[in-house]
Amino acid sequence: MGRKLLLEHINVPGINTLAVYREKGGYRAVEKALKSMSPEDVVEEVKKSGLRGRGGAGFPTGMKWSFLAKPEGVPRYLVCNGDESEPGTFKDRYLMTYIPHALIEGMIVSSYALGANTSYIYIRGEMMPQIRIMEKAIEEAKAAGYLGKNILGTGYDLEIYVQPGGGAYICGEETALLESLEGKRGNPRIKPPFPAVAGLYNCPTVVNNVESIAATVPIVNDGGEEYAKIGIERSTGTKLISASGNLVKPGVYEIEMGLPVEEFIYSDEYCGGIANGKRLKAVVAGGSSVPILPANLITHTINGNPRLMTYESLADGGFVSGTAMGSGGFIAFDEDQCIVRNTYNYTRFYRHESCGQCSPCREGTGWMEKILYKIEHGHGSMEDVDLLWEIQRKIEGNTICPLGDAAAWPVAAAIRHFRDEFEWHILHPQEAQQRNYGLAHYADPLVPVTE
Amino acid sequence: MAEEIQKFKVTIDGITIDVDPGTTILNAARQIGGEIVPPAMCYYSKLEGSGGKCRTCLVKVSKGSEKDPRPMPKLVASCRTTVMDGMEVLNITAPEVVEARKAVVEMLLINHPLDCPVCDQAGECKLQDLGYEHGALQQRYEFERRTFERIDIGDKIQLHMNRCILCYRCVFVANQLTEKREHGILNRGDHAEISTFIHQALDHDFIGNVIDVCPVGALTDKTFRFKNRVWFTKPVNAHCNCSKCSGKVTLWYKGTDVIRVTARKDEFDEVEEFICNECRFERKHTDDWVLEEPTKVSDQSVIASNHYEAFNPPAVIKNDPQLKEANVEQLARSEKLK
Repeated sequence: MGRKLLLEHINVPGINTLAVYREKGGYRAVEKALKSMSPEDVVEEVKKSGLRGRGGAGFPTGMKWSFLAKPEGVPRYLVCNGDESEPGTFKDRYLMTYIPHALIEGMIVSSYALGANTSYIYIRGEMMPQIRIMEKAIEEAKAAGYLGKNILGTGYDLEIYVQPGGGAYICGEETALLESLEGKRGNPRIKPPFPAVAGLYNCPTVVNNVESIAATVPIVNDGGEEYAKIGIERSTGTKLISASGNLVKPGVYEIEMGLPVEEFIYSDEYCGGIANGKRLKAVVAGGSSVPILPANLITHTINGNPRLMTYESLADGGFVSGTAMGSGGFIAFDEDQCIVRNTYNYTRFYRHESCGQCSPCREGTGWMEKILYKIEHGHGSMEDVDLLWEIQRKIEGNTICPLGDAAAWPVAAAIRHFRDEFEWHILHPQEAQQRNYGLAHYADPLVPVTE
Repeated sequence: MAEEIQKFKVTIDGITIDVDPGTTILNAARQIGGEIVPPAMCYYSKLEGSGGKCRTCLVKVSKGSEKDPRPMPKLVASCRTTVMDGMEVLNITAPEVVEARKAVVEMLLINHPLDCPVCDQAGECKLQDLGYEHGALQQRYEFERRTFERIDIGDKIQLHMNRCILCYRCVFVANQLTEKREHGILNRGDHAEISTFIHQALDHDFIGNVIDVCPVGALTDKTFRFKNRVWFTKPVNAHCNCSKCSGKVTLWYKGTDVIRVTARKDEFDEVEEFICNECRFERKHTDDWVLEEPTKVSDQSVIASNHYEAFNPPAVIKNDPQLKEANVEQLARSEKLK
């Protein structure tokens, strides 16, 4: 049984209320941080914990905090990115729905560490119930003296506001989020300057994911070193994984970093295997943007080592045979799923969500979608696959924000690992409309690499 | 003595220049001039906040600076990246930059109608130049292009969204030169479009400048539409006493008629001084203006092609080495005009 830090009390009735949350040890971190630690101490603990951003990029949170510019007389802001809209990811929504106070407690601790007196929680516009839950929780915390002026008599002031999102995937990109928060069209900004120097209203700003902020609570409570003991190497602590797809028990799980992927999929403690007795064909390990891997590569790395749920192990093999931890949106596909159709579906999403600012992403995503539609509906040709490869390569890295990369990677990985299936679609257009390619060789044990 | 300003040394394609701190790579390249200047479809030095969008100006930074010599991991937009001391930049000497630029041009053209034969911008269109420079002979895009209805925004300007490359320049003009913000981008992705607030007419003294800043033929002058091809007209610099603007313009003559008035543009195709609508749309007689001199047009431009008589050197020049040397320039020109 893995340790739980965030979801330990998730099944306690009424944990969404302040009273029950405090009964279970909530707001200890606020008292500890505000009364006995300096802001620098908190940053130091977070650095020691090795906590990495849980939103997708995996950038060390402590380091991000230490980059924050601190000019005199200019306010600093903490913005919580709750615009969770990556297909396959629903961990933040779960956290906000069931333990809203964990986020608020984390917000207070983090804001204190950064010296922010106003903080914002930017929640995806479609998640109206969660916005209401957070607003209610903020009211409760304020009434109990954890927010507002002179918190717990320490002289520290903090106000937290909830902002409903602008209704676009791109608003989850940190600079687009800041634009949207300022009331403008959610177009990503051109970096530099980075938000740590000129973010919200041109002031130094830190943007963190919901889970990263909530994770500061156990770090402050138990100390960074204690947190770093969980997990392996540079992947420390626990991570929320939102498992979906053809699994027996899809849902949000808190895992210790370093859990083998195979155990996560098949053990009864977690997903309980593939639904309906089918076999696993492919996995998208971290939300739709990360490369899709066939079954044999997700359970083992190219060198034959078991693949673990860590930032390093999932990325082992780079783009050739690896994937990424991403935001923890774990999507499993069984043998009846069509990878071409799935890739088309993802591309359709990215085309729809591209902000239209820079040309490669605006035009390229639409182009890829049209080609994939053509292949999926039995009108493709072999050159189309090469063209698709070419287009994704031209989008990747040439855009303002990572949405271009996010649109290119799934296509690249699908062609790299499932080229057979694309070709089968093209060569058997009639058959491809009636049945799926099936499991084929995608779960065969890997041939050991011989030198 | 005034304190000397610290200059930054930057090397672009092997040519070194000292520039002021805060200069962008693109502007440093423009100070050098010539072929190494990256093309810019969306950046406009007179418009604050422009640039970074079209990605045609991508360059490779092979050395970050003297202090931190690491190269930048990705190609960067030269119009929005400021130089560091000791920075080394590769533009046309890096194959990946040329390849990326070619890809961007291809992407810009997939939804472009390619109706150059009937487009008023043809001949002075940056996209046409870029397509000519980088485009493959055949397009690989085989699907339906996005189309829009033409809209009249105001009585003098027509918006033809099909040709638009969403550079946002006109949006910046409308935001920065006029008081009311009635003009912006609707929707997103490849279905984004420039539009006005519920088909409102754009009515402001300086709104005509959106025509000049548009790099393609999406915004056209209705008083000039379909009147003529630019290469049949002769540009002449002129000025007048205008109460609203500087009055410095270029008149485009066809025979003795002024058929178009635009602002003066520099060698990078940027407007020098924005002009008012009255100068642009109303003053179309020679007596409204004080003529200065013929506008200098690059001999690379198609506009120049009708303004040089072919030079036929007498046979004696071709044979005599001394005369040949004395007439090098003319001979080169006659080669070009052949």
